[in-house]
Amino acid sequence: MTAGKVSYRAPIAYAAIGLLSLIGFGLIPPSGRHTTFAISTPKDLFTIEPFTVPSKSTAIVFSLVALALAALAFWAARKRIRLGVWLPSVFGLCVLLAFLTWSAADKANSMPVTGLLQGSLFLAVPLVFGSLAGVLCEHSGIIDIAIEGQLLAGAFLAAVVATMSHNPYAGLIAAPIAGALVGLLLVLFAVKYRVDQIIVGVVLNVLVVGVTSYLFSTVLTAHRETWNTPPKLPVLEIPFLSRIPVLGPVLFRQTIIVYLMFAVVIVLQVMLFRSRWGLRMRAVGEHPKAADTVGIKVNRTRLRNTVLGGAIAGLGGAFFTVAAGLAFGKEMTGGKGFIALAAMILGRWSPKGALLAALLFGFADNLQVVLGIIGTPVPSQLMLMTPYLATIFAVAGLVGRNRPPASEGIPYVK
Amino acid sequence: MPGVTPDPQSARLEDPAAETVAPGRGAQLLREITTGNAMISVLAVVAALFLGAVLIGAADPKVQNAATYLFARPGDFGSALWGAVSNAYSALFQGAVYDFDAQTFARAIRPLTETMTMSVPLIFAGLGLAIGFRAGLFNIGAQGQIILGAIFGGYIGFAWHLPIGLHLLLALIGAMLGGAIWASIAGVLKARTGAHEVIVTIMLNNIALYLVAYLLSLKAFQRPGSVNPISPFIDKNAELPLLLGSGFRLHAGFLLALVAAVGVWWLMSRSTLGFTFRAVGANPHAARTAGMSVERTYIWVMGIAGALAGLGGAAQVLGTERVLTGGVAASFGFDAITVALLGRSKPLGTVLAGLLFGALRAGGFAMQARTGTPIDVVLVVQSLIVLLIAAPPLVRSIFRLPDPARAALTGARA
Repeated sequence: MTAGKVSYRAPIAYAAIGLLSLIGFGLIPPSGRHTTFAISTPKDLFTIEPFTVPSKSTAIVFSLVALALAALAFWAARKRIRLGVWLPSVFGLCVLLAFLTWSAADKANSMPVTGLLQGSLFLAVPLVFGSLAGVLCEHSGIIDIAIEGQLLAGAFLAAVVATMSHNPYAGLIAAPIAGALVGLLLVLFAVKYRVDQIIVGVVLNVLVVGVTSYLFSTVLTAHRETWNTPPKLPVLEIPFLSRIPVLGPVLFRQTIIVYLMFAVVIVLQVMLFRSRWGLRMRAVGEHPKAADTVGIKVNRTRLRNTVLGGAIAGLGGAFFTVAAGLAFGKEMTGGKGFIALAAMILGRWSPKGALLAALLFGFADNLQVVLGIIGTPVPSQLMLMTPYLATIFAVAGLVGRNRPPASEGIPYVK
Repeated sequence: MPGVTPDPQSARLEDPAAETVAPGRGAQLLREITTGNAMISVLAVVAALFLGAVLIGAADPKVQNAATYLFARPGDFGSALWGAVSNAYSALFQGAVYDFDAQTFARAIRPLTETMTMSVPLIFAGLGLAIGFRAGLFNIGAQGQIILGAIFGGYIGFAWHLPIGLHLLLALIGAMLGGAIWASIAGVLKARTGAHEVIVTIMLNNIALYLVAYLLSLKAFQRPGSVNPISPFIDKNAELPLLLGSGFRLHAGFLLALVAAVGVWWLMSRSTLGFTFRAVGANPHAARTAGMSVERTYIWVMGIAGALAGLGGAAQVLGTERVLTGGVAASFGFDAITVALLGRSKPLGTVLAGLLFGALRAGGFAMQARTGTPIDVVLVVQSLIVLLIAAPPLVRSIFRLPDPARAALTGARA
């Protein structure tokens, strides 16, 4: 964006949102109300007492900071200075805090900040794994609409294996196998039979729903004890670190699947952009002919990465059963695979971005749960819409420029 | 944009090289039958039903029991398997076409009318999607478009009170508008910003789902004196008239769907607009060079597709259900994708595929009630049918059929 016309699209969006926040959360609501935030959990090293703030003035202050940031964005756009990710992040945080202050005003329950964050991270787990699967597949040139099916297959096998072996970790090992199988089917039809990848993905989702629901209604329901009572993954507290207020419960008082998630994100982020393996994969996704010319096996690369992606999504599927401690249920992934796809796009096809976008969606999801408990002025259905709306704005290029790998969805024929 | 080529087969058959030599009429006819599209479709259905039978057998307790002594008495296993599968499939047939056990003729053909009723939204939405596929747009949003059609049509149906004739007409127009507006969002975003229609329509589906849930939580949409998410009954004047009297659910929506199919046929093969659609679908660059506006075409295609899907929603709310609920679209929008693919995006094919899937749906419920075989097996069969049809080489290798390209070559040599 160094040359050409200056785009004021983003600053205008910031200003509009900031104004809405100022008017809606700050100016219109009555004054004299108070909001309480709770921070500490019982096991912390030291406790931070819940604190209460006047709702109206707090919301106004946060909105004004947001508007100041919008002005800064205008100035930067005019001077053609690129500001980092910090601006949208801080902006979002300010609007969010204004919203939270407004929505929890004068409620009997305080706003549980730590619980909100902890739950958000937890709910983001399947989204992160799913979007990482999408990142792997799309960088090698395969569109993975079947993330939903991979998650569901992983959830199913994890529940069954964990129940049979009475060991949640066995379920965690089995889940990637199920996801990888779905990935294998996807790549088989996409590469060998050159069927349109979106069609295969859509149909595979239906197939997995059909097979798992069928087995659930027959075998799993008839002998629930032997097939579908998976044990729950234990919470692994990391000594000392888990007792730091706020950070401890959120980051270090989780199950192994959360730690695995961070490990996978870091490994993939490094490998994808800093290793030979990653370079080859991206070459195959961007320009398969060039990759083939220098001796990279295009279809083999696609096969391996799609299967690996499927395995990662399958691992994410284990979240629904063994990590959440629930028995398998029909269509229990409930469209999370599609939100994962959205997170991948919002995260601009990078593992790091996918993590952040998934956390955002997880937060929106959990916020709706928490606000449901403390009583919210916003209808829950409208809250649930936000991730989808955000995605539409993202793909429409309102949040920033998006560019998928150039050759995704196109079968490679020598 | 991934090129959507739902039928690579027909292109190959129209290949002049395949018709250069005519080795006798009979042989050619035979070859066309064994290698043609219709044959592939029939064989795909057969193979899918077979795989469904495997699943039915695997979950049957008697079959499982007989399998434990398979090698001692294989006959037991065979008869148990045959019993389970034939019971399930005959119940499916009796629930979808003709009930042999019924006392009266009217009851015996009731299943067939149910099949026709179920096929109405599938045909409408399938026709809309088919237009999209022909124009190279992969519209996954029929689900959301059906919901919006149902919201608009339903609201006009129960909230307004107009004279007979006019009321139904306005409700239908409203439903078309609702679907068209919803679909056009994806069309406009695709045309203006290049946002991928697959992602946008998936997101719009979810938003529509929450939108209808939200609307049904409002006083204006709820039945007076009720807090349940269900609308008042549709006004008598806005109902689609029943075709066979009050004993059957079959309504005039079925006739409308057939009229729509003829309309789509006319649009796609006889009108300038349809020619533009097909040209853009075949090669957008060439179409642009020839002076067609690709962007405007995308908006038109999505608008018409949405209007058709909206009519599907109207058929549900004004005909079959006669009330608006959150589950008004069931899974018709997703099934319609497979219907359009199975029908190879042609109007007649879509009608036939819609009837087949309507039969599987109607029969599936009957099968579940009579033999306890869960309806989910129908999902498996449906998805397998589409997977197999999309990959003709796979079907040919399963049934050891000759490859049409190669058959032409050997024919030329002889």
